[in-house]
Amino acid sequence: MKIVLQNVTKAFPNRNKKIKEEVIAVDGLNFEIPDGKLVGLLGPSGCGKSTTLYMICGLQKPTKGKIFFGEKEVTHLEPEHRGVGLVFQNYALYPHLTVKQNILFPLQNLKGEQKMSKQEMLEKAVAAAKLVQIDELMDRKPSELSGGQQQRVAIARALVKEPRVLLLDEPLSNLDARLRLQTREEIRRIQRETGVTTVFVTHDQEEAMSISDIIVVMKEGVVQQIGKPQNVYDDPCNLFVAKFLGTPPINVFDGKIEDGMLKIGDEEIMALPGQQDRPVHVAIRPEGFIPCEDGAFSGILRNIEVMGRDCSVILENEKCQKETVRAIVDSGIDIKHDATGRVRFNIKKNKVFVFEAETELRINVEG
Amino acid sequence: MTDKKNNYKAWLYLSPALVLLLIFSFYPLINTFRMAFLNGYNGLAIVGGETFEFGIENFKTVIGNVDFKQYLKNTVLLCVITVPISTALALLIAVALNSIKPLQKVYQTVFFLPYVTNSIAIGMVFNAMFTRVGVGDLIETQGIINNIIGIFGISPVNFVNNGSTWGANMFVVCTYIIWHALPFKILVLMGGLQNVNKQYYEAAKIDATSKARTFFRITVPLVSPMLAYVIITSFIGGFKEYSSIVGIFGETMGPAGSSGQMNTIVGYVYNMLPKSNLGNASAASLILFAIILVVTAINGYVSSKKVHY
Repeated sequence: MKIVLQNVTKAFPNRNKKIKEEVIAVDGLNFEIPDGKLVGLLGPSGCGKSTTLYMICGLQKPTKGKIFFGEKEVTHLEPEHRGVGLVFQNYALYPHLTVKQNILFPLQNLKGEQKMSKQEMLEKAVAAAKLVQIDELMDRKPSELSGGQQQRVAIARALVKEPRVLLLDEPLSNLDARLRLQTREEIRRIQRETGVTTVFVTHDQEEAMSISDIIVVMKEGVVQQIGKPQNVYDDPCNLFVAKFLGTPPINVFDGKIEDGMLKIGDEEIMALPGQQDRPVHVAIRPEGFIPCEDGAFSGILRNIEVMGRDCSVILENEKCQKETVRAIVDSGIDIKHDATGRVRFNIKKNKVFVFEAETELRINVEG
Repeated sequence: MTDKKNNYKAWLYLSPALVLLLIFSFYPLINTFRMAFLNGYNGLAIVGGETFEFGIENFKTVIGNVDFKQYLKNTVLLCVITVPISTALALLIAVALNSIKPLQKVYQTVFFLPYVTNSIAIGMVFNAMFTRVGVGDLIETQGIINNIIGIFGISPVNFVNNGSTWGANMFVVCTYIIWHALPFKILVLMGGLQNVNKQYYEAAKIDATSKARTFFRITVPLVSPMLAYVIITSFIGGFKEYSSIVGIFGETMGPAGSSGQMNTIVGYVYNMLPKSNLGNASAASLILFAIILVVTAINGYVSSKKVHY
């Protein structure tokens, strides 16, 4: 079932009661989540992504705007009537109930025609437990489970009532790095198997990129960009999105356009015909550097971190907005610096993004 | 720390507390046992240098006493009636208080007032509220309770005055105890409730859990450690009930002319003291001690099965 958000705004009263002005957590959100897709809401903390999730599930009501599930408006529908499953950041498993009782809990609430016999409920619970591969832990208490197992129980509890929408709030933030990798693939698998429309919130761009069909990048309550992860990565619409996606992060330089040339300092990076002369932000992805002795870009070599498959070359460039520039190159390549300690690189054109200095909006360099 | 030479220092530092404990706790405790098992002990040396014999006569006397049986019945009934009612009420009020935002502090203070008020004073107020003085239709004066039930056309009830029934007395005392027990329980349970993660309720809401089911399947189990604490302490307090009855009836421990029909075990112990029946008093306190021990053990056993820590 698709989810449509129309101009959804959420304002909270200011904590300081003397200030009348409200805090806008989410501002005029417009987007559509297609049926059966896995959508990642992505943004730094405090950008309103969790608020958006809570509005979709109904625990919070939008101040303005409408939310549709399919064709039906649910803006003012109570959460219990929306048919959503929610997995909380810290799972919120009932600590006094066993895994089995936790998974059964939503089923035991069903009334009227939906009411099931004990046998049916048990079968459903076992099926949900099998799906997340915890069917051997049914008689344990949540405190006797590891974080990853609790996470699975929470997903099973959310899925057992066959929700129309599955919502996950920072589902992986309480897991260690290895488990996080494993669990995110697990979430992807479960989502594929059940085909349930899934929205999940994360501040970890890698997580969002790796498993989402669509990512929604948010900042300060405003959607910045929506699209397939690769498309957003390859074609960020502003500096924020470019900076937010990608590890290691993109390198941003104070550059300028001069005589149809994009320059960082005095080095001419690429031709930009037909552009007015002006200062700009130049952002280059770490993988956009090709070591080349007569390359256009140079930096003072600081360090080389070898990581097996590839290595990071740490450089210094006075125009970089951070202290160091990080370039990722194949580990086989020999990095040579000249007498002044400089290493030169050619730059892959499709890994360079140019943004307006003031608005930080992307400058379309093709045209 | 294992240095034996310095051990005396540890004892030195402990001595203020130890000395006080020895004099005011351990000695009386042990002496109670001694007195209870000395037949007919009255605190006075027997003329002619005889000593009291060791035996269980004191216990026999106490248990055989008709009054004591009545007091035991009173005490047990007070416990059995007031503990569940006051605990359930306290839980409901705590949940209600916890769910309101405005005026929560004000209500909390109001509910806590009985706790900081002198129980004798409250007892006297209760007496005034339930009082009715007069013969037959000739009522000289009556308290607010009789005035209120009079509005509904119910004839006045003699709750606490001369000639009132045991049942009417029991009703007043239970009301008093329940009301007086509420503040502390509400406070403890609210503390428990505020520690319950709000997300359990959000999760329950999303799963369309009914209010009643949320209460019994989530709230009660999650505050069960507090509930267990409250129930155990109030049983212990209930078996030691005394001051409430003094407050309402005065030291007659019952309406005038009833020979103390509302008296309790602790009341019996106090009665024995001025009569130089120290042996009986000690025996009665040991019986009370045994009862409380057994009840607390049962409580502990039940809560170990039912409480989710």
